[in-house]
Order: sequence, then C-alpha cells, then structure tokens
Amino acid sequence: MCCLTDSTKITTDIDSVRSEIRDNSIRLIDVRRESDYKEDHISGAVNLPLATLLSDDSPERVLKLFNSVGIDDETSVVVYDDTFGALASRVAWTLEYIGHSDVSLLETTYGHWKSLGLENDSVTPEIQNKDHSMNLQSDIMATSDYLDSVKTRDDVILIDNRERLNFLEQHIPGAVSLPYRTLASSDKILRPKEDMKRLLGNRGISENSEIITYCGSVGTLSGLAYYALKSVGLNNAKLYVRSFKEWKNLQKPTEKQEDANYWDLSAE
Amino acid sequence: MTTSNLKQTAKPVKPKINWARTEEADNFAETVKLYRQGKYDDASFRRYRLQHGAYGTRMTSDYAMVRIKLPAGEIYPHQFEKLSQLSEQYSIGNAHFTTRESVQLHWVILEDVSEILRSLAEVGMTTREACGNSVRNVLCSPLAGVCSEEKFDSTPYALATAKFFLRNPMTQALPRKFKFTFTCCEKHGMARIVDVGLIPQTREVDGEIQRGFKIFLGGGLGNKSFVGHQLEEFTPEDDVLYTSIAVVRLFDRLGDRVNLARNRMRYLVNEMGWEKFQNLVLKERAVVRATQSVITRLKVDKTPIEIRRPIQITDESGESTPDGFARWLKTNTVKQKQSDFRSVFITLEAGDVTSNQLNALADIIRDFSAEGKARAGYVQNLAIRYVHEDDLSRLYSRLLQVGLAKSGALTMTAPIGCSGTTSCNLALTNSHRLAKEIQRKFLSLKFDEDDDLMDSSIKISGCPNSCGQHGIATIGFFGGGARVGKDMYANYQMSLGGRSDDETMLGQICLRVPAKRVIPVILKIIELFKQHKKPDDTLKSWIHRIVNGNEDSDIKSINDIKSALESLVVPPTKEDDPDFYLDYGSDTSYHTKTGKGECAA
Repeated sequence: MCCLTDSTKITTDIDSVRSEIRDNSIRLIDVRRESDYKEDHISGAVNLPLATLLSDDSPERVLKLFNSVGIDDETSVVVYDDTFGALASRVAWTLEYIGHSDVSLLETTYGHWKSLGLENDSVTPEIQNKDHSMNLQSDIMATSDYLDSVKTRDDVILIDNRERLNFLEQHIPGAVSLPYRTLASSDKILRPKEDMKRLLGNRGISENSEIITYCGSVGTLSGLAYYALKSVGLNNAKLYVRSFKEWKNLQKPTEKQEDANYWDLSAE
Repeated sequence: MTTSNLKQTAKPVKPKINWARTEEADNFAETVKLYRQGKYDDASFRRYRLQHGAYGTRMTSDYAMVRIKLPAGEIYPHQFEKLSQLSEQYSIGNAHFTTRESVQLHWVILEDVSEILRSLAEVGMTTREACGNSVRNVLCSPLAGVCSEEKFDSTPYALATAKFFLRNPMTQALPRKFKFTFTCCEKHGMARIVDVGLIPQTREVDGEIQRGFKIFLGGGLGNKSFVGHQLEEFTPEDDVLYTSIAVVRLFDRLGDRVNLARNRMRYLVNEMGWEKFQNLVLKERAVVRATQSVITRLKVDKTPIEIRRPIQITDESGESTPDGFARWLKTNTVKQKQSDFRSVFITLEAGDVTSNQLNALADIIRDFSAEGKARAGYVQNLAIRYVHEDDLSRLYSRLLQVGLAKSGALTMTAPIGCSGTTSCNLALTNSHRLAKEIQRKFLSLKFDEDDDLMDSSIKISGCPNSCGQHGIATIGFFGGGARVGKDMYANYQMSLGGRSDDETMLGQICLRVPAKRVIPVILKIIELFKQHKKPDDTLKSWIHRIVNGNEDSDIKSINDIKSALESLVVPPTKEDDPDFYLDYGSDTSYHTKTGKGECAA
C-alpha cells in the first residue's frame, strides 16, 4: 500500500513538463487570470482561470469547461499558477472530483519558471473540444454536514490552512493549524517528501487517520494541503471545499484562542 | 537561480561562528513525542524545553515562543531571510526583536519547534540556552566597534564569552538564569543592571597599553531590582574569563535553589553584602586560575573586520531627497568613529517586524552596510552600521518603501513594551500595545525632533517582572489591575528618573496611572517640565535633579509631580467612560488573568 501510494505523481518536475510539451503528450493548464495568460504563459498551455471555474462549480458545468480545454479521460494534465500552487490545486482537485485520475501540479510557479528563462510565449493554442465522462469521486469532498457527522471521531483530523493569526481568532472546533506557507520549500510548491513526512509525522498526522483540510473561502490553500498530504501517501484525505466561509455563514460553532491579544504582535 | 540572484552585489559576508547543532532538532522532536505520550513528566520536559529556547505561551500548552539568540547582537542577511521564512511558516507572519538581542517567534505549535531548530541550524543560529537556568544570550553594545567614546571594540570578547559558555556543562543547571552584557562605553551604559556587566577600558603599563574591563556584578532588573557593584578598578583582559568562571561557580554553589522567586545572583549579593561577595569572587578567581590544568583563555578573534562599501549602481538622475530625511537623519543615525560612516538605527514598533520586512532587510543590509551584517540593539531595535554618508538618503528611501523609516529611533518616541498579554503567561496588561500607542501619538506630535526630550526614555512592562526594563527608564511603567467596586481596569505603576549610564539608578515610584491615562499623564509631565526647566535642561536632567532632591523650583520632589498629576488618574464611572475599563487592544471588560511563569522554571 505504502509503496503504491508513494509512486503516485502529485507534482511534475520542470524537466518532464518540458519534454512532454515537446512531445505534445500533456495538456498544460494555466489557471491565472486571462489578462495575465494573454501576456505570456508556458508554451502550449491553455487558460482556465480559477475564477471562471468558481463562478459555477457544479459538476455538469465544470465537465463542460474541462471538455472545452480539450481534456478527455485519457488526457495527461498538468496544472500551474503563480500563487504558490494553491489555485492550481483547486483546479486539479476539481478535475479529480469529476473522475479524472491523471492530473498533477507543476512543481513550481509560473514566475519561477519564467525567471529560469524557460519556454513561454503569448500564443493561444487551438484546442479541440473533447468528451470527458462523469464519475464523481465524492470520497475526496467534505461538506459541512459531513464535518458534523465526524466531529466525535478520534480518527479524523481536521486541518486549517489559513494563517496562524486567523486561526487563533476563529476556527472550526477541534481543527489543527497548518498554515499553507508551511507546505512549500523556497522554490517548490511542496516540500521535499522527507521534509513533509517529518513535519506531518511530528504533528501526528498519519495514515491511521482520515484527514480533512479547509481554508478561508474556496478551498485553494486547503487544496494545496490536500496535495501535500497525498504527496507523502496520505491518500485518505478530503477537501472541505466550501471551507470556513460557508461554516460561518451557516452559523456553525467556532473556537477561539481566548485571553491573549496576539493581534497586537503584528507590525502590520 | 532567479533573476535577483544575478544582481551584482558585494561578496556575501558569512558568520565565522556556527552556533547551531542539527542533532538538537532531532532530539527535540523526539522529546516532544515522548512528552505527549506521557513518558516525560511536566517539570523535566519544561526544563528541557526551556534549555532549548522554547518558552511557554499565555494560557495554553499547545503553543511555544521560540527565542533565537543573536550573540553580541550580530545578524547576517541570509539569517534575516531565514527568519522571514520561519515567521511565515511556523509563527504569525511576524517576528519580535527583544531587549536582549534575541528574536522571538510567537504562537508556534510545540510540535513545530524542532522544524524551526533544524532550519536555524542551516544558517548557524541557535535557540540553545535562550531560556532556562543557564547563561543567556551574551549582549554587546550595538555601537561596539564604532562608538567614538569606546576604548576598544568589545565585540570579540562578547562572542568569545558566548562561545565559551554555550553548552558548557558548568552552566546547564544553574540556580537561575545568568546574564552577561558587554558594552562600549559608560554613556551607552547597561553594564550595571545585569549579573555581569563589562565596560572596556585601558591602562598604561611600562609604556604599553593594556586592555581590560570594568566589571560590574550583581545588578539586575526584576521584581526587585539592584544596581551592580564594580569588582575592582581594572580587570586585565586575561582575567576576564577567570573572573566570569569564578562568578558563575560561586552562584552555582551559593545561589538559592529553593526560593525561585528570589534566586537571581543579585539577591545573593544583596543578602550577603557586597564586600563579602567581592572577597569571595576574588578568592574563587585565584582558585580557578590555580586549578585550571591548561591555561583557559577567551579565544578572542581580533582580526579586523573587512569594511567594503557595497558597489552602488547609482543613477545620478538627481533624485530629490525624500520628505522626512532630515528628521530621520537627526533622530535615527549616529556618526561613527570611522569618518564618513554612520550607524543607522531602525525602530520597530515595540520590536515587531513583518516577514516581508525581514526579507527586505536582508537586501538592504547587503546593499548598504560596509560590514555586511547588522546588530540587534538594546531597545527592541536594529542597527545597520557602516553606512556611507553619501548613501544615507538612498537607504532612507529604501526603508520608506518597506515601512521601516519611522523616525525617533534614538529618542523618547521609541518606547519599549514587553510582550505583555499578547503572549506572556505572567502579563497583567497589554504593555506591548501601549508602547505602540505612545509611539504613534508622540511621533504625530513630533516629539522626536524636540532636543529637550531626546535623551529620555519610556519603558513599559506588563507586570512587575521588568522584561520591559521600566526601572531604568526616565518614565517607566509596570502593569497591574485596579478596581472601582466590581469593575476592574488596567493600571500601571509609574516610576521616574531611572537610568543605566555611569550614574545608573533605579526609577522612583511616583503614582499609579490607569492604562488609558498613561498618555495624558506623560504629556502633563512634559508640560510641567517645559514650564519649570532651566535653559540647558533636558527632561532627563530635570527629572534627575528632582529625584535627587536638587531642584529649587515649585516642582522639587516626586511628591510635587504626583500632586500635579493626581487629578488625571481618577477613574470615571463606567457609564461616563466605558472605554476606560478596557485595556488597549481589547473590547471586553478587563480582568487580570495569569498563568504560571517560567522565568523561574
């Protein structure tokens, strides 16, 4: 089990992406804003801005979107962004959710790619519509009802990926804090495996648990955390995709670190 | 390699001393696991945790504060970058510079501390013995080496002392914490308020200049503060380590291990009487000298530092001097003894700095400091030294861009505020926020430009334990609670006339001032001073005369000041002024709440 999961590809390294671009054997998705994409992007990439996807992320709608950028069941997809991998993660997770298995994240950001002087241009490739099947993977999605149903279970770990001060101020009861910045290394969107294993191991986050991640609003930071977990073989993971924004709107109970003025330690 | 790496800069200056040991990170992680499994009792774990620089956090055992030592205050650009990263990853996106040349990361999850230790080791930094009953960070004046009044640079001696005692078995289980401070000169002070304080001095012996120190023992600020005593007229440099070892050994042997609240060395000195203690030290030193099997000396590295002005890619496009430059130049910079160079002080709001600012500082230091590194100061601040006069306005512009160009760094408008209720278990008030409020108010009133106020200081502690060093402030405050009926409010005890230079004395208690009246009360004191001052007076010299009974105007005693202020500190009713009953930074009713302190742990 462990060896199998270890071989799952979560990120794709720069060299592989470059050769796959040359072979035309992947579909590269740029999830930045359209205006940024139009300026320049990795050669051959198509644009699917996260905002477009989020404007209606019902399975039927997103299936159409993925079809329109030329993805069918067999397409090998690599997603990238310029926001430390968080936006790319949310798109990759959505693709996984509708039943696509061959999707990974570019190991670095577009900004870094460009700073290395690697292939980029402003050409928008012509894409043929494809036809992807629908096979919803509901076991990777958590809803607020689901969170309610597992709140007494000891073998479920809820991870909050927002910044520490926001966590201290308010969080879902029982959650542990793992700010998204903790997941990256200086030039990669995810730490090296050994580092990630050690970090999570110290926290007692292991394969013995089911793990649910959430963040502030739309599941981007927590999407990255979802892939961080998978990168070290913690596959029993779910994304609470509507995250803390929904939780608060539903007026569900929250917890707070009491009796301390931690905000006043901030220089901002 | 990124584009910014391609930029041409001077050869990076790397630290000569690696303070870290990576295996301590592994041990820490393992020990936390054992502790969580119940295989370590609370007391032993706490001792271990503190010895590795992880302090407890207010009202919770889930979080720690990680204190990173900067021996002699030195910090290098790549270390700033590391701190920036760590503050974002494991803390609150901010770091905090202390009064003892350390950097603190607050609200760190205990299980993440080992990750911080591991990362720090990559850049040669340590948290070892930053807390606990050990020799704490060895301080050195931020001006050592550039001060025009110093006899010689004490930095190499501070570094050698730090190196000698760090992880030394002799200092792993002292009765209580133990502090060394090296300074540059009498004026810049701080030598008499610490266990061992050292001021460089020289004398001529047979036509040769001999280096040595004035050594002060038994000083310290705390619940009860004492001013240190000078051991002897001149301690030659070769005797500095013997003296230090002798003092540490005496304290280890005679210090009170039972009564934790009264067991700093200053209490021992006070109880025994100075002359007796002095004799014991001199005898112990003779024993130490005689019984060392090999000659033990401080390994003082006297190679001169390399001073190389970074190459500037200047545009001579005649950019105008930015607004506020003259004010900043006056209140934030000091001429060095090296001609054409200045030391630039950066005031951080009560020591707080964001991760972005830390990152920016790394490049700023590379681009502007001819010694290629920076120094932490005594007052939660930072000094960038060896900045060429011609580069100052450009440096000011760069600091402006990242919000680090606040003026008044060397004036009364840069108060100290300990961490208070933002994170400390012992705190009774939000001293941290109060310091920020005072700074904002006084800068808006341009008090930093007032020569009369320049040499005064304001220092605030959130409890009687003096982390904010209120005892040596011109105007000092320590926090407590008070009540009207059943309603409580944050209240500070105010002291006046403290100082830490060659006339070191502790401030004298004046009166209790409610938190929300601290600013009006200080303003009133300044008003009284302006009314009664003599032409050459500064606020500091005026108060000094009053507390020493040498003033002859209407206001001639602490009691006279007290009478003039009393009407300002009367509590209003809760109906008239509900805000009075809230401490700064809080929107709920004030009540005192503390956990167990670990200073004595």
